Amino acid sequence: MASPVMVNGVYPPVEYNEEVVRKFMIAAMFWAVIAFTVGVYLALELSWPEFNLGYSFTNFGRLRPVHTSAAIFAFGGSVLFGTAMHVVQRTCRARLFGGRVLADFIFWGYQFFIVMAALSYVMGFSKSREYAEPEWHIDLWLTLVWVLFAVVFVGTLMKRREPHIYVANWFYLAFILTVAMLHIVNNLAVPVSFYGSKSYSLFSGVQDAMIQWWYGHNAVGFFLTAGFLGMMYYFIPKAADRPIYSYRLSIVHFWSLIFLYIWAGPHHLLYTSLPDWTQTLGTAFSVMLWMPSWGGMINGLMTLSGAWDKLRTNPGLRFSVTAVGFYGMATFEGPVMSIASVNSLSHYTDWGIGHVHSGSLGWVAFISFGAMYYLIPVLWKRPEMYSVKLIAWHYWIATLGIVLYITSMWVAGIMEGLMWRAYDSYGFLQYSFVESVIAAHPFFVIRMGGGVCFLTGALMMAFNMFMTIRGPKPASISMPHGYALAGE
Amino acid sequence: MFGGRLTHSMIERHAMLLLLLALLTVSIGGIIEIVPLFTIETTVEHVQGVRPYTPLELAGRNIYVREGCYLCHSQQIRSLRDEVERYGHYSLAAESMYDHPFQWGSKRIGPDLARVGGKYSNDWHYAHLQNPQALVPESLMPRYEFLASTYIDANTIADHLRTNRMVGVPYSDEEIAAAQDDLLAQSTPGADTTALLKRYPKANMVPGAAGRPTELDALIAYLQVLGTMVNFADTSTETLKQ
Repeated sequence: MASPVMVNGVYPPVEYNEEVVRKFMIAAMFWAVIAFTVGVYLALELSWPEFNLGYSFTNFGRLRPVHTSAAIFAFGGSVLFGTAMHVVQRTCRARLFGGRVLADFIFWGYQFFIVMAALSYVMGFSKSREYAEPEWHIDLWLTLVWVLFAVVFVGTLMKRREPHIYVANWFYLAFILTVAMLHIVNNLAVPVSFYGSKSYSLFSGVQDAMIQWWYGHNAVGFFLTAGFLGMMYYFIPKAADRPIYSYRLSIVHFWSLIFLYIWAGPHHLLYTSLPDWTQTLGTAFSVMLWMPSWGGMINGLMTLSGAWDKLRTNPGLRFSVTAVGFYGMATFEGPVMSIASVNSLSHYTDWGIGHVHSGSLGWVAFISFGAMYYLIPVLWKRPEMYSVKLIAWHYWIATLGIVLYITSMWVAGIMEGLMWRAYDSYGFLQYSFVESVIAAHPFFVIRMGGGVCFLTGALMMAFNMFMTIRGPKPASISMPHGYALAGE
Repeated sequence: MFGGRLTHSMIERHAMLLLLLALLTVSIGGIIEIVPLFTIETTVEHVQGVRPYTPLELAGRNIYVREGCYLCHSQQIRSLRDEVERYGHYSLAAESMYDHPFQWGSKRIGPDLARVGGKYSNDWHYAHLQNPQALVPESLMPRYEFLASTYIDANTIADHLRTNRMVGVPYSDEEIAAAQDDLLAQSTPGADTTALLKRYPKANMVPGAAGRPTELDALIAYLQVLGTMVNFADTSTETLKQ
């Protein structure tokens, strides 16, 4: 550990690397708009298939990975990288390990990965592994960037000037390590030629399915949950000016969450040709997972104790708190859907799509918006966002969008599941498949309306961010103070 | 520093200790669920008939993967009464044992395709893939006309078979050597297919342009073999036990 020299009993102030965090915030805003726009377009294609236009690169099959990758890796990833780099510096009271060059390499390297992945999908290169579609050479590039990110993060932890590692960093660390493990194993493949993109997965059939959903579910568990819980543990105490509700609860729920999550993958494969014992393990651990998930929700919400009035005046915090509410809801819905008898109805239907979006829009995007509305003034040294009123508008229109999205998908999904298994009085299947497609149409249109609302909110945010950054910089401002932590 | 009891305070003071313990914690579940699938012999049922894909079917399968067909079509019939009645016998692990990667899917915007082979004629597929709404007006499927004017590269197909062999598909030297001929034989009307059918029973001929199969030809050859390899009259519940 590098030990800086104490002067008169105190360390000199740390000069944090905020530039890389600023870059990630701008990238996150940009990719959010892209991801939501592509999402709305896909919803349009599912409402009226003429919008596929007949070109290879505009067809649903090629654009869907663009949407999921832009939402998860480009938007979510940029928020995660940026906030992790911010939080680890502040709570360790140490400048980012590796200096400016390494931080910048990680930023540009990651953006390059995103652009390469998106271009490769529309051009027709895909490994067809959900949320891990990029071909082998792009995977190798991401591995390099990811390892460097891990080095920077752990290096900063090592040179910290605080005795304890703050809880947010445990979650960020678990996210970085586990995603590295998942990414490497799930993407093992043999390329046909060193000069071409095509590769064949090292695994096949049932083992391949298990490994993919071990990856897929833990992309949710560690990329979209653990990392964003790290965000919750820093930004909610900061914005609410309150310490974390329970230190002990954070320990218990951290270790139980990361232990249990990894087992839950087989709930994506119930009643399939995966052996029964694996399916049963997946269901059992998915149900158990409910508890540590709600441990996190309780710790987040109870941190607001005595500060609930702040929700009236701070719409940014409203995003964070609503996010935790959606987190609690989605992590209850998930275990319910993992129970075999429920899953037999819900699997393959739009209920799954609705569930994913109550997690991704309600939890991931909202906790990100909350963190960004807090961070933007801090990073650009502005007293506050350009328009607080616009944040409130964003909040309500985005919430309306989510409600339209998930309720329409619940109705469509349950209806599809019931129609597929309905029998007439003679004992024949009552509906042909296409009848369920026709019945879902109005709900697909409503879903698109929800997406338009959510996108509109993001555009308001982008405008607000732009005006805040462009606005005048006051001569001197006091940083918003906050409780949270060990350091600062 | 580790004399005495391990407390959480100790863990959160040592970054490396935290890192190692977290890594250990997240490794356990995956190891227990994944490793036995490779070691327990009955994970993949011992049934007759499952064979590697013909060169043309493999090329078609790559089109299926590339276009993201799995995003709307599953290839996995669950062991539920209505699914078996709608789509046929529930899927066996053995039926996807040569699938690198698997194509079970996770969402049905369109119907399951695990046993679509032989359900419709080649002509139906040619018409449907190029304009689905002409045959099923309410369909949400995109048009795949462009596949009819793009061509399969027959020169590199042997490399694809070879790579598949590296990851465990039992292609013989003979099959790899004959890959290009087999690919053309399956898509050329009137070609001698005796050798092809000996190597790959039940291969379905597609009426492609002689010497130059399109991506559409290949995709249809693949669709037509799906779910047809196992003869379920020959299987007993005992052989299907996992």
